[in-house]
Amino acid sequence: MQNQGNPVKKLHSEIMERSGQDFYKCIQCGKCTAGCPVVSAMDLLPREVLLYLQMGQVEKLMNSKTPWICASCFTCGARCIKDIDLARIMEAIRAKILRPRGANALSPGEIPKELLQKVPQQALVSSFRKYTR
Amino acid sequence: MDYLYFPGCTLKDKTASIMEKTALTAAAALGLPLKEIDEWQCCGAVYPLTEDEFITLVSPSRTLYKAQRKPVVTLCSACHHVLKRTGVRLAADKEARDKVSYCLEQEYPGETPVLHYLELLRDELGWAALKEKVKAPLEGRRLAAYYGCMLLRPAKEMAFDNPEKPRIMEDFLQALGAEVITFPFRNKCCGAYLAVTEQQVMEDTANKIVTMALEYGAEELTTACPLCRYNLEQTPIVRDGKLKISFFSEPLAAALNLEEQEVMS
Repeated sequence: MQNQGNPVKKLHSEIMERSGQDFYKCIQCGKCTAGCPVVSAMDLLPREVLLYLQMGQVEKLMNSKTPWICASCFTCGARCIKDIDLARIMEAIRAKILRPRGANALSPGEIPKELLQKVPQQALVSSFRKYTR
Repeated sequence: MDYLYFPGCTLKDKTASIMEKTALTAAAALGLPLKEIDEWQCCGAVYPLTEDEFITLVSPSRTLYKAQRKPVVTLCSACHHVLKRTGVRLAADKEARDKVSYCLEQEYPGETPVLHYLELLRDELGWAALKEKVKAPLEGRRLAAYYGCMLLRPAKEMAFDNPEKPRIMEDFLQALGAEVITFPFRNKCCGAYLAVTEQQVMEDTANKIVTMALEYGAEELTTACPLCRYNLEQTPIVRDGKLKISFFSEPLAAALNLEEQEVMS
């Protein structure tokens, strides 16, 4: 891999490779943000995620709530005029945080019993796939 | 022709049995028998989105390899999404194919078609034929279709319908004789699995959808996703009985006049 000496550059190219998305194509038009159904709960706008990647400020993304709020609904990707699949970038950021051993963002004990009894299996399987390694 | 049927985790839950039973009874009545795949395994519920993650492709691939290119039909839009995208990936990506085949200790059988039940109705039966089979048209029932995300996006891979202007579910409801309501948020995400980790975010999102459906005059919102159904049901509008949420096979069974006993047996 390129840029092995510089940890920020390394992280940056890892996100590009894992997501398969060229975030430099983004022109900041904001359609991703306008269509995002959960943007009001995000601390960084979808558009800003792309902007910080372009500026190489990856650590902002690693500490953001946004990749954990993204529900992978693919609306941003469907509407992107530059054909960037932002849901894949969000997943690459989550993967970077979750892949080290013991870094799970959800454990079964955290889910209230009452919720466990009524929520469909589909939601549980999805959450554990998304929030654990 | 028999179709292979993949139920997935949620439809086999006791509380969800009405969704599967109405769909299977209706399929038999329509001459489209669905044969459940032996020893099927969960699809994983979400499609892996990173280029270097292969292990989560194995579980959905097991179903596709087992089917040996016979069409696999699903009722759940998430199963449909995961199985279909996995199939597209295996057909196009040699590295993924080789790794999955190695894990399954089987040769890649070629691409297995994946169909949602609604596609079976549209493409194999046809709306005109469905309309003919309707015995109790849903006249005067103001039904709106809610698509959510998984059936439609990403359109290139799903190849299901126009992602911004879909019509398959409206055509379906029309064939059943309902008064069809088309409303703006029918393809907007309901909050999905945030139901587990961010309940308030999910409820706010689901609220916008049911509020809009009600504003457009719907009395029932029908969906093809068990998780959308659950999320929409968690809203005050639905809890107060102002709007009903149904799985698409429920109005189908009603229009075909399948007696409750017949459905539940």
